[in-house]
Parts: sequence; structure tokens; C-alpha cells
Amino acid sequence: MAFDVNKIREDFPILKRKVNGYPLVYFDNAATSQKPSKVIDSIVDYYSNYNSNIHRGVHSISQEATDAYEDARKKIQEHFNVKDSNEIILTSGTTHSINLVANGFTNLLSKDDEILISELEHHSNIVPWQMMCEKNGAKIKVIPLTSKGELNYDSFLNLLSKKTKLVFVNHVSNALGTINPIKSIISKAHEFGAAVLIDGAQASSHIKADLQELNVDFYTTSAHKLCGPTGIGMLFGKKEWLNKMPPYQGGGEMISEVTFEKTTYAGLPHKFEAGTPNIVGAIGFGMALDYLNNLGFDSIEFYETELLNYATNKLKEIPGFKMYGEAKHKTSVISFNIGELHSYDIGTILDKFGIAVRTGQHCAQPVMDYFGISGTVRASFSFYNTKEEIDYFCKSLERAVAMLS
Amino acid sequence: MNIIEVQNEIVEEFSLFEDWMQRYEYMIELGKSIELIDPSNKVDSNLIKGCQSKLWLHAELNDDKLIFKADSEAIITKGIAAVLLRVFSNQTPKNIIEANLEFIDKIGLKEHLSPTRANGLLSMIKQIKYYALAFNKN
Repeated sequence: MAFDVNKIREDFPILKRKVNGYPLVYFDNAATSQKPSKVIDSIVDYYSNYNSNIHRGVHSISQEATDAYEDARKKIQEHFNVKDSNEIILTSGTTHSINLVANGFTNLLSKDDEILISELEHHSNIVPWQMMCEKNGAKIKVIPLTSKGELNYDSFLNLLSKKTKLVFVNHVSNALGTINPIKSIISKAHEFGAAVLIDGAQASSHIKADLQELNVDFYTTSAHKLCGPTGIGMLFGKKEWLNKMPPYQGGGEMISEVTFEKTTYAGLPHKFEAGTPNIVGAIGFGMALDYLNNLGFDSIEFYETELLNYATNKLKEIPGFKMYGEAKHKTSVISFNIGELHSYDIGTILDKFGIAVRTGQHCAQPVMDYFGISGTVRASFSFYNTKEEIDYFCKSLERAVAMLS
Repeated sequence: MNIIEVQNEIVEEFSLFEDWMQRYEYMIELGKSIELIDPSNKVDSNLIKGCQSKLWLHAELNDDKLIFKADSEAIITKGIAAVLLRVFSNQTPKNIIEANLEFIDKIGLKEHLSPTRANGLLSMIKQIKYYALAFNKN
């Protein structure tokens, strides 16, 4: 099936709108993706036709809602090729997932243990571990970057030891788009008996991860990065780990029996899903996966790579253009500066032209510190973007530079 | 000139522009011509929070008037600072406290006033008013 971007754009209502008098050019896809009508409709359909609280309801629409919620879990299971759907915890997103694991490991680690975190991480992948280490005394070791924005693999191997209990790496860096060699990271970490958590938030809209093949211990993502709604995400955890971890939050749904003397917890996955979950979010998440799988991840990757190469070549012609992150394997993200201009100025002018990009540190201050810069402009492309938009972006960028210089 | 006169003058200047681009070009020019803060005052305690680019603001009393100086890494932020300094610098604390801010809307900068915009305009106005309160003797 040929990849017809104009037809695909019809699926996204927001792409028809104007911003500041210009047609919206949305190049902030790494922050969040736009939503196709199918996802939006599934949300409206839920609230219009079968809104109800799930599990244990004896009435019909509760059963419908429960089925739809559990169907979504199955879709996630199939998409990520997970063995058992009980290993999929529906969370509010990646940050929630990471905190859940960090909480679970608080009592599993002690002061002689070490965890490895890459220098490429998003703040949300650093702070929960610092909080955990304050409690159990474990130590954080940092896997450094190379000048190309890749993980220094040799340093990673040197840092690994019998003390290493956990390794946390993102699948794709949000600031630079670097695709990390997670398969080899996972198998090396396993040689030392360490568990591995991969933050897939930036990867999931570009790469279909096969979690059994990766043999990863934990993998997490947020639906809103892959055309789904905000406030919903998933945590995959191997059963053996999830069973070792205590519940994260107490409440309804996560219990088996409650008396004032003692409560016994529900089995997986409910043990980690206290309270009424984001039912409609899960349904939208499932629909987003259907939508992307229908397009096909091979086609998406092929087209996005074409956009990335096209944009990179065009941008390189602009005097003073400097790109950060030149990893051999990267997603359709270009993080850059122009001469001495501040990213905030460039972003402000581009916005006036109707172009949405992100500016600043991208929640990855350590990455910016590494390059000795205060921030970058980040343009991130999705399969619904076009070469014409990139042309307009480059033209507008040149005008912005002329205005600011 | 008093604050109202300066504000009117700025509103008149901005009214000559036909589109946002001319407005921004003018602001960028103002940013380039701003009288810079003394390097010794570019210290963390003079940093304005809530801005994506670093923005410094320094105040000192000269006779009965407050003199503000500012600088920023970003030229648009510097331009916004230049507009504010033209209005508020070299005025008495009392006049600064009493000044209203309607001119910001009139010159098309209202969008920058939202607290969620990461340009620090709102924080800068707050800081200017705080200084005025602190230096106000009455």
C-alpha cells in the first residue's frame, strides 16, 4: 500500500486549523502527537454510549466498558508482543510507570547496590531514582554520552558490575532522537544479573518494540506520544518482578480481601491499578495502536526517515546551523541552534508563522550541560508531516534568522 | 515625561506598524539598543524566574527615582525588557506602584503576559513593582 500522506492528513482534524493566520505546521511531535478522528471518535463513543465503571458491575454497560478496557490491554499486549496480558499495567503514563518501578525497588535494593542511568535521560527518568536512592542508599552511576549524542557503550560496559542491580535507558532520546542499542544493553546487563527498564516514550510512535525478543524486564510508554490520549500509558513488567514489588498505591480495585486487621492484595495486573482507572484513555490507546498498525510501522519508519533526511539536508544549507545529536540511528528529531541566536527567539518567531517547535532544554538538562548550551530548537516530524511543510519551515526559519540577526 | 506620557508615546510608535513582523522587528531593535546592566550586577540574585532565557533585572535608587537596567540571552526578551524599562525606569517608586499596564495590550504584547508563556514578562513586571514597593518611603 502506497503511503499517501495527503489522505492520512485527512484523518487529523487539527491539521486543518490556522495559527496566527497561517496553516498550522506541527513539528512538536516529540512532545505529543496529534490525534486521528478514530481515536477522538472512540472517546466520544465511550462517553456517549457506554460510560460506566468497570469490573464487578453486573449491569450491561458496565460489562461493555469492562470488555472495552480489557480489550485495550490485549491490543497493547499484542502490539508489544507480551506473553501474558497480566504483565501489562495501565498507568497514567511513563512518569507514573517509572515511579511505580522506583517505588517497587525501594525495598529490593540497599546501600551497596548501584543503578546505572544514561546521561541522555529525561528528568522524569532521573528524579524518581534519586528519590529512591535517598531512601535505600543505593548509588546512581551515569553512563556518559559521546559527542555524537550516543551512549558511550564502552563506559557502560566498564560501569557494569556485580553491584549493578538496575539499568535505566531510554529507547530513544527525547532531546536528540538517538536510538539506543537497547538489545545489547539488556543482554549485557543480564549477564551481571541486573534488571533493565527501558523508557519507550519517544520510541513508540516510530518503533514497534517486541518485548519478548528484547527480553526486557520493564518497558514503559505513554499513549499520547503515539496518537492516543493524554493521561494513559503502560508499564510492562516481567511477572517475576511485578510479583516481587509491593503495590504502589492503595485503594479500590487493587485488593482481594479487606478487614481492619489485614488486606490481601489482588493479583496482577490489578494490584498496581488502584482506583477507577482511565477507562476512556485505555480505549483511546487501543484505538491509536489499531490506527498505527493499520498504517504499518515499516511504512511509518520509511516515510519519517525520508522526512528526516530531507529536512537535515535543507537545514544544513542555512548558515550557522548546528545540529546536536548525530547518532547513526536516530528518529525524525532535529535538535539545533543557529549561530549565537537563542532558541527562545527562534521559536517565538516561528510560532508567529504558525509553526510549532519546542525550544529550551527539553527536560534533559544533563544533555544540554554536556554540549555546554542553554537549549536548542527541536523540530520533530511525524508521518503526517510533509516535505512542503519542511520547505515552509526552512523558509520561515531563514526569515526568523534575518529578523533576529 | 511621566509614566502615562511614555506609555502613550510607545503606543503611538507601535500603532504605525501594519503587522506582527514589523512590531517584532522594532522590538528586536529596541532590544539591541537597551542600555545594558553592569556585568557585576549580572548575578543570580538578579535573575527573573519563569523565563526560558536568562533575564537579569537590577534596580537602584537615584535621588527619588528608580533606575532599572536589564539584560537577557534572548533578543526578544531583551526587547520586551527595553519597552518596560522605558516606561518604568527613572520614575518614582510611587508612580511605578500606581502605573496601570493597559499599554501592553495596546501594543499587541498581551499574548506575552500569560503566566504560562515562558518569557518572564509577567515576572518582570512583578519584580519591577516589588522594587517600587521596597523603595517607596511613603
